[in-house]
Amino acid sequence: MSDISAPTPRTRSASHYVADVDETPVAEVDAVKLDEKPSNLWRDAWRDLRRRPIFWISAAFILLIGFVAMFPGLFTSTPPNSGCLLANSNGGPTDGHPLGFTKQGCDVYSRIIHGTSTSLGVGFIVILLTSVTGIIFGSLSGFFGGFLDTVLMRLGDIFFSIPYILAAVVIMSVFSENRNILVIALAIGVFAWPTTARVLRSEVLRVKNSDFVMAAEATGLSKLAILFRHVLPNSIAPVIVVTTLSLGAAITAEATLSFLGVGLPTSEFMSWGNDISQAQRDLRTNPQTLIFPSIALTSTVLAFILLGEALRDALDPKARALR
Amino acid sequence: MTATLPTPLGSGAAGAPLLEVRDLQVGFRTQGGVVHALNGVSFTIEQGESVAIVGESGSGKSTTAAAIINLLPGSGQILGGQVLFEGRDLATASRHELEEVRGKQIGFVPQDPMSNLNPVWSIGFQVEETIRANGLASGKAAVRKKAIEVLQSAGLADADKRLRQYPHQFSGGMRQRVLIGLGLSSSPKLLIADEPTSALDVTVQRRILDHLESLTQTVGTSLLFITHDLGLAAERAEKLIVMYKGKIVEAGPSLELLQNPLHPYTQRLIAAAPSLASRRIQSSSKPLGQLTHTEAGGAEGFDLITAAEERAEHVSAAGGVPAIEIANLTKVFKIRQGNFRSTEFTAVDDVSFTVAKGTTTALVGESGSGKSTIAKLLLGLEQSTSGALTVQGKRIEKMNSRELFALRRSMQPVFQDPYGSLDPLTNIGNTIAEPLKVHKVGDRESRRERVFELLEQVSLPKVLAGRYPNELSGGQRQRVAIARALALKPDIVVLDEAVSALDVLVQAQILRLLADLQAELSLTYLFITHDLAVVRVIADNVCVMQKGKIVEAATTDEVFDNPREQYTRDLLDAIPGAGIQMGI
Repeated sequence: MSDISAPTPRTRSASHYVADVDETPVAEVDAVKLDEKPSNLWRDAWRDLRRRPIFWISAAFILLIGFVAMFPGLFTSTPPNSGCLLANSNGGPTDGHPLGFTKQGCDVYSRIIHGTSTSLGVGFIVILLTSVTGIIFGSLSGFFGGFLDTVLMRLGDIFFSIPYILAAVVIMSVFSENRNILVIALAIGVFAWPTTARVLRSEVLRVKNSDFVMAAEATGLSKLAILFRHVLPNSIAPVIVVTTLSLGAAITAEATLSFLGVGLPTSEFMSWGNDISQAQRDLRTNPQTLIFPSIALTSTVLAFILLGEALRDALDPKARALR
Repeated sequence: MTATLPTPLGSGAAGAPLLEVRDLQVGFRTQGGVVHALNGVSFTIEQGESVAIVGESGSGKSTTAAAIINLLPGSGQILGGQVLFEGRDLATASRHELEEVRGKQIGFVPQDPMSNLNPVWSIGFQVEETIRANGLASGKAAVRKKAIEVLQSAGLADADKRLRQYPHQFSGGMRQRVLIGLGLSSSPKLLIADEPTSALDVTVQRRILDHLESLTQTVGTSLLFITHDLGLAAERAEKLIVMYKGKIVEAGPSLELLQNPLHPYTQRLIAAAPSLASRRIQSSSKPLGQLTHTEAGGAEGFDLITAAEERAEHVSAAGGVPAIEIANLTKVFKIRQGNFRSTEFTAVDDVSFTVAKGTTTALVGESGSGKSTIAKLLLGLEQSTSGALTVQGKRIEKMNSRELFALRRSMQPVFQDPYGSLDPLTNIGNTIAEPLKVHKVGDRESRRERVFELLEQVSLPKVLAGRYPNELSGGQRQRVAIARALALKPDIVVLDEAVSALDVLVQAQILRLLADLQAELSLTYLFITHDLAVVRVIADNVCVMQKGKIVEAATTDEVFDNPREQYTRDLLDAIPGAGIQMGI
């Protein structure tokens, strides 16, 4: 197996092999390659998301229900609360009333449409509350560490140790007089933020030891500026995922509280949870009064969970590499 | 790639070789299709022979090692060719056949001793597991006895006690000894060692490789050694294979290949290897300056000998106030042990040295010697326990926050890890401009101009300003980090292992860039490194550190020519390739 081919220049001995220089050209050392599109975490994530049908389906559905919540009048002209005729109690679908009637004789379809804003409103206020509290607590305790970390995280542990549905039931019972969307959102959100704080804290702990943080410190950038400019942008991705997922959970929590009778007052607010609660008594005879609000609730929550899953896959490069 | 491919290292000897790799092709499946990692690799290893594969990262050297035992990671697969081990083709062998060969006939020593032992099982359990899997012994007592033998032969004292310990109780060198012991436990015919010592200190590396060599020689095991270090490869193997972009570009007997590199890539590698270059200054046998490089674009930057000679002329006896003056510096860390108890650890112990303006002082030491702590103390990122740090005549400890802020303008760092030192979500332009913004230098437009100027200074195209770090290679990132450090026109740059993570060719390029910038901007460098070979080409003065203390401080030439301390001599001897005589 000596050199039988490859016209190599200046071959010294039979066992000294040199590849043909023309076949193995030597490239410039460390040449800059710019043929690919600019990319960073967010652009890569977007490129990944764009290819996912699940992302488009869930995003489109969320946009649709957002639109319904804002302009319910465009989807139904039947008032949800007034003009209910007991003659129609638990009635089946008729002309203009495609999903039939509730026990009180109100239009099911209209009540679902008008209930959308309640569910979404509560959900969004809850995640606003949890993410703002969670980001403040999580970033401060992760970034500054030490005593502040201990205090903030033990506080979080106390809140975390109380089941938030139980806590919300208690709070709602206290506020039995003037319940509104803000109150129920507060009741749910007050005990739900430690999850966000913990997720962010662990990310901040990871990022703050990076060399680029040390380099920024060496340029004289202040601690808070480093936190906002370098640490938070690099640790926020998991928080976005958790927040999207918990939006679905918040909507469920509102429905649960309403179902338990400690939610929003039936007289003022359309709420899917309320309707499900009302309909459970007639489940065997008139399942449609229960099924349709349940479908609305489940599909909305599912849309947010699927969106969260898609975001998680797109934002975690490690998970992407494994696929 | 056809069957006419020549076989490098083909031997004229009779009888089949132990291992024959023929036209091996390996690809990795990705979203964009199959990426070829190996394009027709052929070589042979004879019984009892030691062969080293050398190449930069991404050259396919580790893929070759993994393909031989058919353990390609992830989506990798063998696309063509043969791996004939004693005439049997491992590329097409069944899983059962492969398991017979792996461990028993081909041993494998992996790269990273830290992650290749399972932290939840004791060392003994893992050694015994291997012994049972390879059928070396049966019965509890026999297996235990064999395990002790394995650890003893690996050079671990009181092996029977060690068996009950866990990986975290072992140092990196001890873990690698365990892994080598495991790899050799069944007296395999071939041992593949994939960068077995690249994570270890040089002196540890030397001891481990000496040990590995004596073991393989007594057993008669053939050795396939994968490394990025040409000097190390030449020192440890009879034959060298140089790989580049998935192909073998040159192969032959080690010494001949070093003395007569025929392929331009090998010539470049030899010119850029600091260990070989620094050795050659003394012998100055071959005028490597004559080497013609096929490429333009900074190619002249590869010749480290010329660089070193220029430095020798450049050393200017700069008078006046020294740039950095460190006196009796001590840093004690408190290590928490739980239960509110803590022990003290002296990372820096009574260290004194000065750095004259416009010169380079290298701080050399093995891991844990306290050299990086000095950098952090100097940069004001840690507080010293006692002693005086004086920069340009001003004491750092006595500075208030405004003075410290002003000091940062004149002193900037470059850190080791090119993948961690740039914010992945900030584009290159903003990264370089950040120090300017922080110190409110210029307006938006002038900052933009300055960024372009800096990019040009570090030989990067202007368009990079709008790009993000993940599009750049390690060397390019390190250029960006240098540009950021230079943005405020500092007088002092603290380089903390700034070239340690780079491939040799890139490393040579960056060292050249640093030397050019120093000449151009009359910078003062504090160069922190574990690699004495690099010191020779960049530094004027050297401080050798051991366990927090400076054991020897002198000019570079003195340290290399007449080392006074035994520790310095050990370090010098441990430079891989230092023992190679480059011929007449």
